[in-house]
Amino acid sequence: MTGYIHSQESFGTVDGPGIRYVIFMQGCPLRCLYCHNPDTWQTRIGSEVTVEDIIRDYKKNKMFYSKGGITVSGGEPLLQIDFLTELFRTASDEGIHTCIDTSGATYNELDNEYLQKLDVLMKYTNLVMLDIKHINPAKHKELTGKDNNNILSFAKYLERKKIPLWVRHVVIPGYTDDRQDLFDLGKFIGTLHNLKALDVIPYHTLGIHKYTELGIPYRLNEVNSATKEQAQNAKQIILDGIRSSRQINVD
Amino acid sequence: MNYLHEFWDGFESGTWVNEINVRSFIKHNYTPYDGDESFLVGPTERTLDLWNQVLELSKKEIEAGGVLDMDTKVISTITSHGPGYLDKEKEQIVGFQTDKPFKRALMPYGGIRMAEKACRDHGYELDPSVKEFFTIHRKTHNAGVFDAYTNEMRACRSSHIITGLPDAYGRGRIIGDYRRVALYGVDKLIADKIEQKATTRSAMYSKVIRDREELSEQIRALEELKKMALSYGFDISQPARNTKEAIQWLYFGYLAAVKEQNGAAMSLGRTSTFIDIYAERDLKNGTFTESEIQEMVDHFIMKLRLVKFARTPEYNSLFSGDPQWVTESIGGVAIDGRHMVTKMSYRYLHTLENLGAAPEPNLTVLWSIRLPENFKRFCAKISIETSSVQYENDDLMRFTHGDDYAIACCVSSMRIGKEMQFFGARANLAKCLLYAINGGVDEISGQQIGPEYRPITSEYLDYDEVVKKFNAMMKWLANVYVNTLNIIHYMHDKYCYEKIQMALHDKQVTRWFATGIAGLSVVADSLSAIKYAKVKVIRNDKGLAVDYEVEGDFPKYGNDDDRVDEIAHDIVHVFMGHIKKNHTYRDSIPTTSILTITSNVVYGKYTGSTPDGRKQGEAFAPGANPMHRRDTHGAIASLSSVSKLPFKDAQDGISNTFSIIPGALGKDDRIFAGDIEIDADFELDGCCCGAGACSAPTLFEGLDTQEDN
Repeated sequence: MTGYIHSQESFGTVDGPGIRYVIFMQGCPLRCLYCHNPDTWQTRIGSEVTVEDIIRDYKKNKMFYSKGGITVSGGEPLLQIDFLTELFRTASDEGIHTCIDTSGATYNELDNEYLQKLDVLMKYTNLVMLDIKHINPAKHKELTGKDNNNILSFAKYLERKKIPLWVRHVVIPGYTDDRQDLFDLGKFIGTLHNLKALDVIPYHTLGIHKYTELGIPYRLNEVNSATKEQAQNAKQIILDGIRSSRQINVD
Repeated sequence: MNYLHEFWDGFESGTWVNEINVRSFIKHNYTPYDGDESFLVGPTERTLDLWNQVLELSKKEIEAGGVLDMDTKVISTITSHGPGYLDKEKEQIVGFQTDKPFKRALMPYGGIRMAEKACRDHGYELDPSVKEFFTIHRKTHNAGVFDAYTNEMRACRSSHIITGLPDAYGRGRIIGDYRRVALYGVDKLIADKIEQKATTRSAMYSKVIRDREELSEQIRALEELKKMALSYGFDISQPARNTKEAIQWLYFGYLAAVKEQNGAAMSLGRTSTFIDIYAERDLKNGTFTESEIQEMVDHFIMKLRLVKFARTPEYNSLFSGDPQWVTESIGGVAIDGRHMVTKMSYRYLHTLENLGAAPEPNLTVLWSIRLPENFKRFCAKISIETSSVQYENDDLMRFTHGDDYAIACCVSSMRIGKEMQFFGARANLAKCLLYAINGGVDEISGQQIGPEYRPITSEYLDYDEVVKKFNAMMKWLANVYVNTLNIIHYMHDKYCYEKIQMALHDKQVTRWFATGIAGLSVVADSLSAIKYAKVKVIRNDKGLAVDYEVEGDFPKYGNDDDRVDEIAHDIVHVFMGHIKKNHTYRDSIPTTSILTITSNVVYGKYTGSTPDGRKQGEAFAPGANPMHRRDTHGAIASLSSVSKLPFKDAQDGISNTFSIIPGALGKDDRIFAGDIEIDADFELDGCCCGAGACSAPTLFEGLDTQEDN
């Protein structure tokens, strides 16, 4: 089984617990305005690697990953679900911690075949990092090209499956920092009992040069990077939302 | 020796009572500490006052263009200057190199021209009588070396195929066992040296004569050390009685060394666990409080930060800054299995919080997976806050160097008081490869520098042909290089002998002959390009290969790719083999290092275009690093490539330096919802474990903070 990947990072420290071997898969169905990896959008390009290649590279340096594992990011890794399942099955056999960094955009409740595949993959998945880009469907569409119904359903699916979940959210000034939206996001994820961590990330502009190289117009030129403080504030509001929803549940 | 109750009361006796043996003292008396940092205390009023005074002087020094004051007439010796103070009432630990802080001493024994230039470049004029004296009446190390150099050596030096030779300045890299001063007092050390002198062989071979002369020099230096301490009001002929005296005695030993030598690295050793034994005793007896002890440590570290030398701008550009390499090694694990972290290890690192971050002293943690978790966490915290801690792999070095070694400079490990090193610059292997292609003709000057071997004349480079010729050229280079160093160290011993540092060594000293390699990744990638892609030679009108065109892609060193990593391994192994074929001065043991942490820029500047696509003048990668932007698989793949290099050939150290932007190194502000905590502390266990004495001085360095290492 082979998959198309964009690149690997042998020293991943922000994509899951511990030091991780991170594989960036090629291809993504979303077109987020602020994407910092536009070079991973296109499918069926990049380098073709086998599951064995990845496991071999991982095991060579496994002493570094004693508290970490493998994270598959992208691009959208779930686009190559068959490859991912094969990779995670092998990794699980080897006792390697597995994590998917996903937008959840490929989820489709009506597609039985897809759901069956997903059920199998989840058997071998230790952690999902779900990037919820916006809680408001219309604003989500404006930001990414698609609404967020599938993504929120995917979050609920993960809860039913009891898959540990980290939620990530990027704070973009003027786009994702509305108080009410942040509070609503918190209210929603507060209902998820598999939620283990929340990671609120300030928007940065480090990926813009890739747009220039690829000849794609960058549509957020007017937007400045978010500060740490802005992210910190947003996080507090989301946490308030979580608290309010959890109290409601208790009541 | 008898157990000296007056000074050693409360200490467990051992071999150390009957012979000079600090390691035995530590082994029998230290208390490993597993707790956390909560016992630490902040700076005292006095500490803050003194440090503000230092900051004020530093500001003035910068405003004055880098030097505030400088001796132009008084030749620095252990006793040349009267006492100097910041504020005598406030300083708990005293002593400066000259009679006042921030005044740089005049040290002409390494070379009078360097000393003169250091004065002139900073707007001072060397006293003519000093110049006359060191030109006519007293020879310097530098003058001795140039008397003996061959034409070939001079040519290699000017073409920069051998660079950074310590032939005009102090070689450094020697660590005196300054702890001996505190534990035994100077009189015992003198008595021991007198006995050593009385028991030399009786047939006067030149070796024996030299030993006797050096021992006399050492005894004289110890006498001077006592005299210097006395000028500050301390009689150090007897052992230290408490923590304060132990730090002060030890510091006087070190101070004598930096009054006498302007060495390329003047390291301190491994003192924290030693001092902790005194602190534990004093805390138990109620002699001092924690706050008083931390204050002494803060003042001691402050003094180490103020060690300064008169140097030229060229020297500083070679080393990228004005480094003293006052390296102090902290932690590690003992041979008996106990870790060696003590409360004093915490107190030393805590100075970075009490006084703020600083590149000196170069606090180096000897890292082991067996260090206590609390200490690991504390180190990580201090690293994140200050970017001022260096880490080295104790698990690897302990095998060859035991548990009482220290780091000289950035990575050279030596058993304290038992081993010393002849420091030896770098052989530029990238240039050597170009000489192989051009038959010994320098690619920049066009002059015949190396032997007139047959050059390569084909349009495209053939791997086997290049490797064969490169091997022959390396053999030649190793020979010239080792013999150049032989002259340098002979002359340094003769004209610029480190008498106080060697007085704090055993009689029988193991000497390392420390060679070095520059341009490893350039050569590895070049050979890889020749082997796996096609490399076309561009020649100038004289037929000299001056540039290369690479057609196709090739495996690049630094991506954990065995095809090229094996080439890098073989280069080190083969070059070291050539080094070993040569006679080395004073029965020293050859080793090598791959750690041009700062001078890689200078080496690149003098090297023509190379077959890996690097253009003339472009910097080399530092140490054993992959070339800039060629490692595409992240830090672990890069470390993994480095770890394949043969440590047994390069015991003097292999470095892989990398910087990470703060946010890319894990998060301390990730919030965990509910009551579930996930241990998101980034772990360090792996960081150096694969990679030889892998030094990572900038491992946790934020790009926005400046550090001189």
